[in-house]
Amino acid sequence: MAEAKQAAEAVNQFGYRPFALGGFNFERDEYFSHISWPGGSHTMSVETFLRALIRDLAWNFFYGMVNFDHVFGTTNHYGNVDVFAGLYNAGYRSQNKHYVENFKSEDALAVFRALMDDWTNEGFDPFAAPADTGSAFGPKRGENRQAINRKRLTAKRMVGMKDDIPMRSDATGNKVHRQFLDVDQSQPEVHAEPGFEDEVHAFNFFGYVSRSDVTWNPSVCAAVKDSLICATTEEFVLPVIHGNDRVEWFVQLSDQIQWEVGDRDTGVARARVTMKPGDVAAMPADIRHQGFSPKRSILLVWENNDPTLPELYASKKLKPNPVDF
Amino acid sequence: MASYQTRFGSLEHYEKGGVEAINDDPRHYAFSNVYEVASKSGPYEKVAVARNLKYVLEAIRAEGTSAWYAASHDEAAIIMDGEVEIRLVKLDTPVAEAHEGTKTLEGTPQGRPMGHIVARRGHMALLPKGAAYQFHAAKPGVILLQTVQGDLTVERWKDICQK
Repeated sequence: MAEAKQAAEAVNQFGYRPFALGGFNFERDEYFSHISWPGGSHTMSVETFLRALIRDLAWNFFYGMVNFDHVFGTTNHYGNVDVFAGLYNAGYRSQNKHYVENFKSEDALAVFRALMDDWTNEGFDPFAAPADTGSAFGPKRGENRQAINRKRLTAKRMVGMKDDIPMRSDATGNKVHRQFLDVDQSQPEVHAEPGFEDEVHAFNFFGYVSRSDVTWNPSVCAAVKDSLICATTEEFVLPVIHGNDRVEWFVQLSDQIQWEVGDRDTGVARARVTMKPGDVAAMPADIRHQGFSPKRSILLVWENNDPTLPELYASKKLKPNPVDF
Repeated sequence: MASYQTRFGSLEHYEKGGVEAINDDPRHYAFSNVYEVASKSGPYEKVAVARNLKYVLEAIRAEGTSAWYAASHDEAAIIMDGEVEIRLVKLDTPVAEAHEGTKTLEGTPQGRPMGHIVARRGHMALLPKGAAYQFHAAKPGVILLQTVQGDLTVERWKDICQK
């Protein structure tokens, strides 16, 4: 496992600090993130880079593989993490130009969080839809810690229950998003007999989600053992190309999303999936996918949080598709 | 300023998307639609539309009054269409922990009334562990149920999924 080390504090002419993680070096200028490693380098739009990174960090690295683009990304091994360049790119692999290092998750998180803090300018919210935020570009100006340090929402049983994730309302500062102003906000009628106030529970799930100010970032709304109903609002493009390490399922609750699906390891196109309200689709364990949502939409992402699954799929003890018929 | 219309589905109006295979078998995506499934189901038939090993999401056509059900674990019901009343009773004798998935109870459950919920499209209700519950819908509606695969789960993937 590589040592994570942080570069010196010096800032460049644009006011940004460089960062190092093992053999990887990260620098930014007004428009780009420049990534280098022994034997190679890569350039990404800094907006794309920060949008991808915040979604990885929000989950202390997301499930499976997070491709920031066709070259750079991370693979979560739950306690340690691979940081790679070209590892899942056929051209890099064929010429042995890929590079990967494994780090303790906490070490990599510390470096990436410091980078995120330094490189995110005032007014830019990497979780927000492009139309809802300021620019990521330009020389350094201030910071936006409120945006990048949002707490991940994980319901233990269900949103709104006692000692669980609280409901959202105008009073809590969670306004209905401007693209969901027509979503019904009325609450269900809950009539509990005395003594059962904490067990008889229901809430307006669509209304709750319509008040989310982030995109492409699932939060757990209901849990049945390892079965997690996660909800997320989607607008524009999923800023990562997510590679699965288990099967996940999507249920489209409102509006429409197109998914581009490729082979997880090579990126070769496999399918295009169009989802409309009420549609249900599995995302097999051996694919990568990226979503496109023209209007803000509500997506239910259904996950199995069983920690043994990645190994069972990797060792082919489980088939990558969930059902046979 | 642009105005936006949020589109939901219903039993009366839904449009399906689909899988455009490029280099794959569409069956790998088990693509279906909860409204279409419920439109072809009997009242309170629990048809799996998603399965992740032992866990399932079931599409249920809510119509009339259901039997009484219970489980040894929490379940969650999302109302996808219509209005559904959920009646709850705290069971004197809960379902044994070893039994997973929904169980039908014979007759009227023995226990203390806990209350009831009236939920409409977009609402989510807890069906708590240790409780019996009964659905009632004056008009046809749709429930998406988060639970564990059990004796009542119906699997007919070949009929509901894109091939």
